[in-house]
Amino acid sequence: MKPKNQRLVLVSAALVAVLVAVLLAMWGLRNRASYFYTPAEINSGKVEVGRYVRLGGMVEKGSVRRIGDGLTMNFIVTDGTARVGVTFRGIVPNLFREGSGVVVEGNVVPGALVENGKVVGRRFGANEILAKHDERYMPPELGNLAAEHRAGKTLER
Amino acid sequence: MIAEAGLAALWLAAGLAALQFLLMVLALRTGADVARTMRAIAIVQGALTLVSFAMLLLVFARTDLSVALVYENSHSAKPFIYKVAGAWGNHEGSMLLWVTVLAVAGAFFAWLYRRKRERTLVAALGSQAVLALGFYAFLLIASNPFARLNPPAVEGRGLNPLLQDPGLAFHPPTLYLGYVGLSVAFSLAVGALLTGQVDSRLARAMRPWVLGAWILLTLGITAGSYWAYYELGWGGWWFWDPVENASLMPWLAATALLHSINVLAARGALKAWTMMLAVIAFSMSMVGTFLVRSGVLTSVHAFAIDPERGTFLLALLFVYVGAAFALFAWRAPALKEGAPFDLVSREAGLVINNLFLSVILGIVFVGTLYPLIVEAVSGEKLSVGAPYFNAVAGPLALVLAVLVGTGPLLTWRRQTRPVFPRLKVPALAAATALFITIVAAPGIAILPRLAFTVAAFLAAAAVVPLTNRNPLRTPLATWGMVIAHFGIAVALTGMAANAAFTSETLAVAKPGEQLRVGPWRVVLDSVVPTAGKNWTAIEGQLRAARGNQLVKLQPQMRYFTDPPTETNEAAIRTFRDGQLYTVIGKPEPSGAWQLRLWWKPFVTLIWAGGVLIALGGLVALVGRVFRRRRREPSWRARYS
Repeated sequence: MKPKNQRLVLVSAALVAVLVAVLLAMWGLRNRASYFYTPAEINSGKVEVGRYVRLGGMVEKGSVRRIGDGLTMNFIVTDGTARVGVTFRGIVPNLFREGSGVVVEGNVVPGALVENGKVVGRRFGANEILAKHDERYMPPELGNLAAEHRAGKTLER
Repeated sequence: MIAEAGLAALWLAAGLAALQFLLMVLALRTGADVARTMRAIAIVQGALTLVSFAMLLLVFARTDLSVALVYENSHSAKPFIYKVAGAWGNHEGSMLLWVTVLAVAGAFFAWLYRRKRERTLVAALGSQAVLALGFYAFLLIASNPFARLNPPAVEGRGLNPLLQDPGLAFHPPTLYLGYVGLSVAFSLAVGALLTGQVDSRLARAMRPWVLGAWILLTLGITAGSYWAYYELGWGGWWFWDPVENASLMPWLAATALLHSINVLAARGALKAWTMMLAVIAFSMSMVGTFLVRSGVLTSVHAFAIDPERGTFLLALLFVYVGAAFALFAWRAPALKEGAPFDLVSREAGLVINNLFLSVILGIVFVGTLYPLIVEAVSGEKLSVGAPYFNAVAGPLALVLAVLVGTGPLLTWRRQTRPVFPRLKVPALAAATALFITIVAAPGIAILPRLAFTVAAFLAAAAVVPLTNRNPLRTPLATWGMVIAHFGIAVALTGMAANAAFTSETLAVAKPGEQLRVGPWRVVLDSVVPTAGKNWTAIEGQLRAARGNQLVKLQPQMRYFTDPPTETNEAAIRTFRDGQLYTVIGKPEPSGAWQLRLWWKPFVTLIWAGGVLIALGGLVALVGRVFRRRRREPSWRARYS
């Protein structure tokens, strides 16, 4: 190969590599990224049953119940107003506790969260509870909500 | 006083860095002879940052609660080693460690660089000073580790117990040494681009730094993976967490650089290419630092959400990377043509290695940053995890592993002998492995099966470069390459075995109950309370039996009081053929306990492979430095 051609070949090889990487990444991201939703968004019906997503919120105080085999548990994830019933089977991470932030991964399942004979939210089947954070953690979106909430209150005053 | 001394040392170091940069500008414009002065300044600057970091260690060791950082991250009842390690287990402290390593690397570079190229040295030291200056500013303006608390606190808030682990003491410093060691390669590339002296001599000066940084990155990633494996109690060894990717990206770039730099050193080819990789490698270190330290991620390492810091780091990142790319675009076209080579040659093989690594790097980069970009643009939240990375990067990595086996058999410049006859044994090994997995384990997934096959091929192919030659006269660098490539095969085998053969049992057991996992029968004898210096725990007494092998395991669930946290201490037993991994969970009202048991055949090969890869790098590094000293007696003469 002549030096001139060599440079041309190398430059085009590099460009092709970048292009291939971007195309592969875009192809991979199209159906493998799991989106993050708040309880309100889940309840609005935005997410169809079966789609793999993440749900983030606070574990409602007093909502954690163990059922049946001792490994399955139900709890409610809330953003303060909207609530979603979550079922999970397995050992929960250490940072999981009532009243603190949680992100669960799984999908919306058929059925509803029923309290006193009334439907109050949808149900979510969690495959995984993510708790890669410390006790001060709050899902960012809820953090924003909390901030907006505070701002609203200040304005009212 | 100690904290003030540390802060003063930091300010002085920042002043010296500014001076060092101004001297470079002066030298490049007027040709003034400032190399000796700059060297001295760089060394003093490194020493000052060491002083500053030592002061931080001291306030942590003494639990000086009038320092805000100590109050927030330490506690008087912590074991001493974790008091000291706590100094870098937080944002400010770890950034100080970062900049200390940066300045000390600059000092060592100034001290060791003995080549006659003073202009390149001056330019590189100037670049190193600019890098340090930005991070000094970041520390002094946005994250002062020595800020005082008035009045002093009575007791500290404690360190996240997850971080109270020997892994913490060594894992971040090792990674930082690796990250920041790449800064020297970056600065040398910037210096050489400024002076136009990009050639094999530059490559030989740069190579030990790249090798050293790469070894430490490899070790840091391996250690981090093992830490996550045993400390988090989830049984996984790689989670594609953005924090992990933050260390993987510089490693991928450094691996590519490590290979292309050999082409530049041996043949004087791939000049612009190698400079580009040197720039990218350290840029990836900075991207990693930004990801971990700005709080844009919400994961185990990103403890604080602080927009001021994030913006500052992002600005630094853009300025440095942008300037380096602009310099490259301006100067690279003026570089002389590299030496020519054929399409089938060692050089071309290494180019293909580089292309694969770059594509994998690109995939990891896009996957890691995509959620951040989508969120910034549309406000939508999403996460990208294992399904994406495994499916997109996994197959490419396997193809690359096959090429790793073949590339070293090619000759420089032009391949005259056919390569395939030398690959007969590896091909046979691959076929055997494939056959065995089909017969013995027909049910496993396609990716692990391919991984076994490729690993067998690579393990055999890796040692082919040693055949037909006297092992004593084979250069150490070749031995290093063989060891590292063999290590890839070992790690790959571990990954495949873990993916294909792990058995897991999740159960609720009462004392006396027997469970099964893989070939093991496990009995929960009892659960007893126990305590450590700043924690209490419940401890499961497990008995595991297989054939006539009998072992005891004691997984714990620990409760820390400062701050109140629970952690799982997995009990892990290592055998020749795998690990038994046990975790105890919460009690049930009925008096039963949650237990999670894993039998993971050959999982330890993953980290053994990682250590082998790093060892290969070390052997090569020793070989390179030793050979250089032999070839250039003047190096030694200078000290006698």
